[in-house]
Parts: sequence; structure tokens; C-alpha cells
Amino acid sequence: MSGDPTLERIAQGNGLALCAAGSWTARFAPALEKMVADAEKLRGSRPNIFIDVSQVSKLDTFGAWLIERLRRSLTDGGIEAKIAGLSANYSSLVDEVRRVKAEPVVETRSVTITGMLEQIGRSVAGIGGTLVGLIEMLGAVLAAAGRVFIRPRGFRLTSTIHHLEQVCWRAVPIVVLITFLIGCIIAQQGIFHFRQFGADIFVVDMLGVLVLREIGVLLVAIMVAGRSGSAYTAELGSMKMREEIDALRTMGFDPIEVLILPRMLALVMALPILAFLGAMAALYGGGLVAYLYGGVEPEAFLLRLRDAISINHFIVGIIKAPVMAAVIGIVACVEGLAVQGSAESLGQHTTSSVVKGIFLVIVMDGVFAIFFASIGM
Amino acid sequence: MAGEISDAIIRVRDITVQFGKTRILDGLNLDVKRGEILGFVGPSGAGKSVLTRTIIGLVPKVAGSIEVFGVDLDKASTTERRGVERRWGVLFQQGALFSSLTVRQNIQFPVREYLNLSQRLLDEVMVAKLGMVGLKPEVADRFPSELSGGMIKRVALARALALDPELVFLDEPTSGLDPIGAGDFDELVRTLQRTLGLTVFMVTHDLDSLYTACDRIAVLGNGKIIAAGSIAEMKASKHPWLNQYFNGKRARAVVV
Repeated sequence: MSGDPTLERIAQGNGLALCAAGSWTARFAPALEKMVADAEKLRGSRPNIFIDVSQVSKLDTFGAWLIERLRRSLTDGGIEAKIAGLSANYSSLVDEVRRVKAEPVVETRSVTITGMLEQIGRSVAGIGGTLVGLIEMLGAVLAAAGRVFIRPRGFRLTSTIHHLEQVCWRAVPIVVLITFLIGCIIAQQGIFHFRQFGADIFVVDMLGVLVLREIGVLLVAIMVAGRSGSAYTAELGSMKMREEIDALRTMGFDPIEVLILPRMLALVMALPILAFLGAMAALYGGGLVAYLYGGVEPEAFLLRLRDAISINHFIVGIIKAPVMAAVIGIVACVEGLAVQGSAESLGQHTTSSVVKGIFLVIVMDGVFAIFFASIGM
Repeated sequence: MAGEISDAIIRVRDITVQFGKTRILDGLNLDVKRGEILGFVGPSGAGKSVLTRTIIGLVPKVAGSIEVFGVDLDKASTTERRGVERRWGVLFQQGALFSSLTVRQNIQFPVREYLNLSQRLLDEVMVAKLGMVGLKPEVADRFPSELSGGMIKRVALARALALDPELVFLDEPTSGLDPIGAGDFDELVRTLQRTLGLTVFMVTHDLDSLYTACDRIAVLGNGKIIAAGSIAEMKASKHPWLNQYFNGKRARAVVV
């Protein structure tokens, strides 16, 4: 029954019958479309053209639409092409497609050079808006902190502790491992190059200053931006998508107080702790390599370290940590709340949360470097 | 449970599904006849969606067998399984539209994957499908997040019907639609069943749908099918839940 579809032309007096047969279904649609396009050229060639579908064994929406398309093209001026031999169980389907409007809407989006330039322009113009958004969020978080300070019952201790566990306790292994390895690498490179001048022991100075002032906190901040900043954005973003944030608002809760403040506090507490642990791990790794590779005895390493660094180096490093945490948190929350309805948008904002977070952390580090240099620390 | 049906399109035998220690479906048997609209009812949380998801292969089962179009889904090769999947359409409870694609792309997605059609035909058929589910072509370039709940349901149905399937699973299709929209929807399901020879497996709580659209009704309770038959048989049943469901206050309102 369901053989290949055909469309035969049979002359009947001064008229012409187009006899459709076989299965007019999606499977044969490419062939059908070609047949219909050929038959469309017959328009106006005879005074009376009709389509006979009595031999069609199988019909689906695709086939029905192609017959309807043919009927419309053959309709000439006032003379309407007819469909004949329609069996009862297909007539409602043909009626259904007959109601379809002739011109389908055309997809308007296209990739052009002007479009790309426009995109760049919009992104540049958007930088100002982004900065304002960050400052607004900072203000809102500080205001919420103020409200909680006045009315401590509104503080969400459980939530804060939960987030502290997520961003601090669970991050310890990876942070310690990576900073340990970086410490090892710095020491190895230092010894390898300093040995040429017989200045092996100065590797301890370099390691101490570099790790405590810069690398320790910067590296940990970058890891936290990638690990926790992205998690915050994804959490808040999916809550926004499922209208959970709207639900909170209608119940009279402030999403900033309930969702964002605990996360910010957890992050601001976590980063100094992680930076401290990271610095210790890096020093330990450096010391280990200095002993195994450079032959620096542990006692000599510690003695040298005590001379090389002062408490100032440590303070300079650790003071930066909470500020960087605040920057990462603010960026992550702003991006999370900016998520629109689609999964794609969630991905975009999570990406930009990490990218902006890391960028701003490095900018902050530069600002701090200038500041500490000018006050002589 | 009705006896063996020779031309069953879905044949479910002794299905058991459990999550942890909770047994949801317990040795369930069900046949769906070719060309019928089966309404599937049961108390909330009885496992109606679980059965649907088990048949379409989203929930693993502990025991039993499922045959769809005469193919045993456990023994089928990947190619056979793809063949079966191409012949059914699924409407999920929440729509499950791809959020990063427009309505047009959502509906064309399965067609594009399985058939090699011209863009013109794809667009025209997409407009036809939108018309079938009662939507204007103007919504074609909107994203799912810009649609209302009822529109999402309709677009999801249009996507389920995109390949003109022989079998469709509808999980609560009329919930969230206004009564007129729901009525249109029932009529639409009827029309499609008549024209395309569609078999419909419909999980529903809408008594109107059960009365107007369904040929047969199956009732789930305690992990088994407790009754299956026409609406008249359901109303005559002595089972307390059935009695309350079909002869309760809301049911009477429908009949009047």
C-alpha cells in the first residue's frame, strides 16, 4: 500500500487532473517537494485543473501541506483549483492545513559585519552600566548588613555557616594542594637560576616575599572566583529562572538579606583563611624543594626566612583578601540576578562572573600594590 | 484489567519500579490499543508520571517487560530503539522546551535531525503545526521564557507532533489551560487521532477531557491498574476512590 508517492498528469477534456498516489508522508518529502514544484508550472495552462487524491494511501501533515501548497499555486485569478477524491478521514487534516497563512514569517536575525560592530559598541557602552550595577549591589549589601546589625534576629546564621562550609572548608584540599605545588615550582626555579651566582640561599627571600605579599592571596582569590563565584552565579541564576527569588519577595523577604548577605559574609571570612593556609602550604612546598633539590637544611631555611620577611609582608597579603572576596562575591551576585529565562543565559552569566571576578581581582591587586608602595609598607 | 488485546501498540507486563525501598509500581500490566485515546488517572503521587517515564525509558525498572510497536525495548538494539523513538512524541508536564532555542527552532529541531527537508517546507509546516495547536505564526521567533504557561503547553505539543508520530504521550496536557483552551485541546487531540490514526496515552486529571476525548480510561492505584474501561464502566464501579472521583461534586458539575 505505502509505495513511493507519485503525481501523474491525466488530461480530461479541456481540463487536467493531477493524480496523487502512494504515501504522501514526511519520509518522501524531498521528492514530493520537487514533484509539486514541477506541477506548479502548469498554472494557467488549462482552464480547469484539479488535484485528485483518491489514490493516496497515507497522508500526514507534510503531505497534506504540499497538496495544499500545490492547490494554492494552481489557483489562478478567480478560478480555484479543487481537491477531489478526498477520503473522509483525511478531510479534516486538509481543512486544518488550509487555514495556514500563506507566507510564513521570515527569520530576521542574521550575522553581518554591522551587526558585529553593533555588538562591540553595545558591550563597550555596557561597561559603565556594569560598574554602576556593581556599586549598586555593594550599596544594597551594605544596607542589608546595616539592617541586620540593628535587628540581629534577621541574620541567617545557619545559612552563613552552610556557605562557609561550602566555600571554605571544602575548598581547603584543592587550595592547599595547588599552592603547595606553586611553592615547589617557585623554589625549584629560584634555586636553578640563583645557583649560577652561588646565591642559592636567596631563594628563601624570594619565596617568602612573593608568597606572602602576592602569590598566596592572588592565586587563592583566582581559585575562589572560579570555584565559588561561579557556584554563586549558577545558584542565584537558576533560582531567578524558577521564580524562587520573586516568591521570596512576595513573602516579604529581601532576597539580598536572605540569599546574598550570607553568601557575601561566608566568602569574606573564607578568603583570608584560605589565603593564610595557601601561603603556609606554598612556604612548606618551597622549603621541601629547597631541602631536597637545593640542599638547604630546614634550620637554615627557617633562619633565613625569619630575616627575610617581617610581619608587614604578611599583613599586606592578608589585608587584601577580604576586599578581593567582596569583589568576587558582588560580581557573582550581580551576574546571578541578571540571568534571564534560558539555559544559555545562565551559562553566559556564569562565564562572565568568573571572567569579571578574576579581572577585577587582578586590578585590585595592582591598586593595592601602588597604595602599599606609597605608604612604604 | 481487560484481557489480551491483539493489536496493542503498548504492551506493559509485570512492571515493577522502586526508588530506594519505596515501591511505586508493583507488577503492573497495561495494554494500549492502536488508535485509541487512553486516559490515565489516579490519585496524586500514585505513579502516573513514573509509569509514563518508565515506558519512554527515562526511569529504570526492576522487573517486567515493555513492548512498543511490537518491539521489546529491553532487547532492542540502538537502531531499533531510535526507530521507535522517531515514531512517538512526548509532551512533558512542564513543556520541557529548549530554553535557548526559539519556538520555530524548537518545533523544527526533531524534523531537522531526522529528515532532510528544505527550509521553506520546514517553515511552512512549522506554521501549520502552530496553527493546529491554536497559535499564531507571530510567536515563532519568541523564546520559551517569553511565553505564557498555556502557550508553552501548546508549543510543546506542536513539538511532540512535529514528526507526525503514531503515538503520543501527554502528561497532564490541559493543566494550566483555561477551560475554552482545554476544550479546544481535547478537540484537537480527537482530530489528530482521526486524521493521523494517532494513539494517545494521556495522563490527566481533567474530567472534561476524560468525558469528551478519551475512548478508554485506566486507573492506577497501589502500584497496579485497578480498573480499565469506558467512562460508563468507571461510573458504575464500586471501588471507593473511583466512585468518589467519577461521582463526586466536581464530576456531577461536568455531567450537568
